[in-house]
Amino acid sequence: MSETTLSQPQRNIVSRLWNDKETRSIIIQIIAFAAIFALFFYMVRNAVINLEAIGKDISFDFLWQPASYDISQSLVEYTSRSSHFTAMIVGIINTLLIAVFGILLSTVLGFLLGVLRLSKNWVTNKLAYVYIEYTRNVPVLLHILLIHGLIVHALPLPKNAINVSDAAFLTNRGFFLPSPEIQPLFWFVLALFVMGIIFSIWFRSYAKRVQDETGKYYPVFWISLSAIMGFPLIMYFLLGSPIDWQIPELKGFNYKGGMVIRPEFIALWIALSCYTAAFIGEIVRSGITAVSWGQTEAASALGVSRGRTLSLVVIPQALRIIIPPLTSQYLNITKNSSLAIAIGYMDIVATIGGISLNQTGREMECMTIVLLLYLTFSLLISAFMNWYNKRIKLTER
Amino acid sequence: MEKNNLSATGSTMKPDYVIGEHPDLPPPSNTIGPIAWIRDNLLSSPANIVMTILSIFFLYKILPPSLDWMFFDAAFVGEDRNACRAVADGACWAFISERFKLFTYGFYPIENRWRVDLSFVLLVIAVIPILFDKTPFRKYGLWFAMVFPFIAGWLLVGGFGLDPVPTEKFGGFMLTLVVGITGIAFSLPLGILLALGRQSNLPIIKVFCVSFIEFIRGVPLITLLFVASTMLSYFLPPGTNFDLLLRVLIMVTLFSAGYMAEVIRGGLQAIPKGQFEASDAMGLKYWPSMRLIVLPQALKISIPGIVNTFIGLYKDTTLVIIIGLLDPLGIGRASLSDTKWTGLSNEVYLFVALFFFVSCFAMSRYSLYLENKLQTEHRR
Repeated sequence: MSETTLSQPQRNIVSRLWNDKETRSIIIQIIAFAAIFALFFYMVRNAVINLEAIGKDISFDFLWQPASYDISQSLVEYTSRSSHFTAMIVGIINTLLIAVFGILLSTVLGFLLGVLRLSKNWVTNKLAYVYIEYTRNVPVLLHILLIHGLIVHALPLPKNAINVSDAAFLTNRGFFLPSPEIQPLFWFVLALFVMGIIFSIWFRSYAKRVQDETGKYYPVFWISLSAIMGFPLIMYFLLGSPIDWQIPELKGFNYKGGMVIRPEFIALWIALSCYTAAFIGEIVRSGITAVSWGQTEAASALGVSRGRTLSLVVIPQALRIIIPPLTSQYLNITKNSSLAIAIGYMDIVATIGGISLNQTGREMECMTIVLLLYLTFSLLISAFMNWYNKRIKLTER
Repeated sequence: MEKNNLSATGSTMKPDYVIGEHPDLPPPSNTIGPIAWIRDNLLSSPANIVMTILSIFFLYKILPPSLDWMFFDAAFVGEDRNACRAVADGACWAFISERFKLFTYGFYPIENRWRVDLSFVLLVIAVIPILFDKTPFRKYGLWFAMVFPFIAGWLLVGGFGLDPVPTEKFGGFMLTLVVGITGIAFSLPLGILLALGRQSNLPIIKVFCVSFIEFIRGVPLITLLFVASTMLSYFLPPGTNFDLLLRVLIMVTLFSAGYMAEVIRGGLQAIPKGQFEASDAMGLKYWPSMRLIVLPQALKISIPGIVNTFIGLYKDTTLVIIIGLLDPLGIGRASLSDTKWTGLSNEVYLFVALFFFVSCFAMSRYSLYLENKLQTEHRR
């Protein structure tokens, strides 16, 4: 050791440190950390100076001042005298509403498209292909504007609304649907429904245990379905339909009573769902084709019926491939719901990040709130999907 | 062979069927040709027949009215909306042809539009050697492609002997191409760096890359564009006036770099550990081993994902209308407020949709071609 250092010409300390792997990694990290920290410090300093120059401070007090703007669709009580904070809550609810409904519809449509794409029928297959390619290659904002335009221009004014069996009315100011008024007896139906759910959860594990021990098989799906849907429906009609439907009526220039779904919501919902469904369709198709054909052959060699092959062999394996990309599509639908601002649907970006920001001039605070809210949603959705993914993952050695 | 010998020795009779002297018979007529195709693909089972009938009914309901509206009952020339309506009930494409220049160049000064055309020609010259490796003089073409962004930037923005054009004048398809191509060109290298950083052994670099990627992927592009348009100026030294288009370009690039990084990380994770160890054993340092061994394989695997990210970025350029830049969609919406042409939103949206469809579909076809070309494994 000492011999080699003596025999070689003395190298300077910098190159010696640089050529040692451990020290080099520490040096690189210190430099990187210093650079990031310096940049951060520089930006914060600039912000402080800039804010001082125009006499602004950072404060979230504005959240409790009256917002004084109207929001057309709100599930909680909101008037223009409510605070910016309430406006933000309304925005959050509206974003979540569109995300949840969008996720549901796009999953259904997407699985349907995936199955159609796998169909042996040439015409159906090509129809699904054309739909998927058109939808995927055109920006989602364009879909939203196009569908919104169609709803606003193609549907009639309230006075000559499309009448669906005297209960629902489709107009360009929204879809007017009857709203339910619940009578006390209805709670029995609801109780039966909840009991049905509890029963099916128990019955599923019971049927699995019986099948593991004896090989006897119960039709779990049909029994659960009749417990959850069938009995409550029978009960509902036995009790004499304990829901009063309030039917919207044309008064003046618009319909009153009942409930209304705004055209912005419908446009955004349909556009986002159809757009995302095209992606989900491709994910489902590739997931199902990725399950080796030998699995299906093995199942039929064992004498498993076609339906049971699909539900017990193919779909569980396909789901493992489908879930991770499906998660990112769900995240995309939540994030794309921010495009609502283009057609005036009042979501987070349009309320707190739009009108509130413009009225109060507090860019920093409003944008921070918006970014944090979206980050929270994204992390929650991916945490849930990761948990689900782990649950159905193949257990290996 | 065995059988032939047997029959030859077993009997002295000449066999009636001499192998190899008869031509192959054609397959039975019910297994080939259009009739068999129709039977197999359209009418193989009751469910299949129902599907066929439903699909054809759907096509019958949708196709003729759409074609009528788009072509047979459409007006291609006319002064204004009423002139169109007088001729035909369908689409009024006269609107698009009158505004075509606006859709292409935005408000770029008319006397300088040759610069946009020239940049576009240069773009084609720069892109061809990148896309196809049989291009003649490919080496020089690639060098040209490296300097092209700077030449195009100079041509479009001006200065150094050309009239300067403020970026607020940019618009239309030209703006889409500027934002899209800048994003594509810069997000790939940035994404590779972020992906390598995320896989790195250095904890601080790793933490920084992970939090950057997760932040970018956790928020919508719109909010980042809002940050760029409202908030970013606070973080810059007092008195700096930062071009809005440049801020948008930076945000779009960072945004797609975050997604790109995840796509490439997938590719990196698919490389067997033996490849890393082998390159260590060969005595390659970090960067040479990445450049020569790991990245070529990782990028090859991630081509579909990379192109999908490009397509996503290209489509996301439409979001710039929300902060007031005039891309084709923005130009279209602005034109709709002209009383001469009011109410023709479907024409505008379909025209812009066609533009995006052609470019994005071409990109995805190219990605398929590239995948096939780089395929080195045996086909199953």
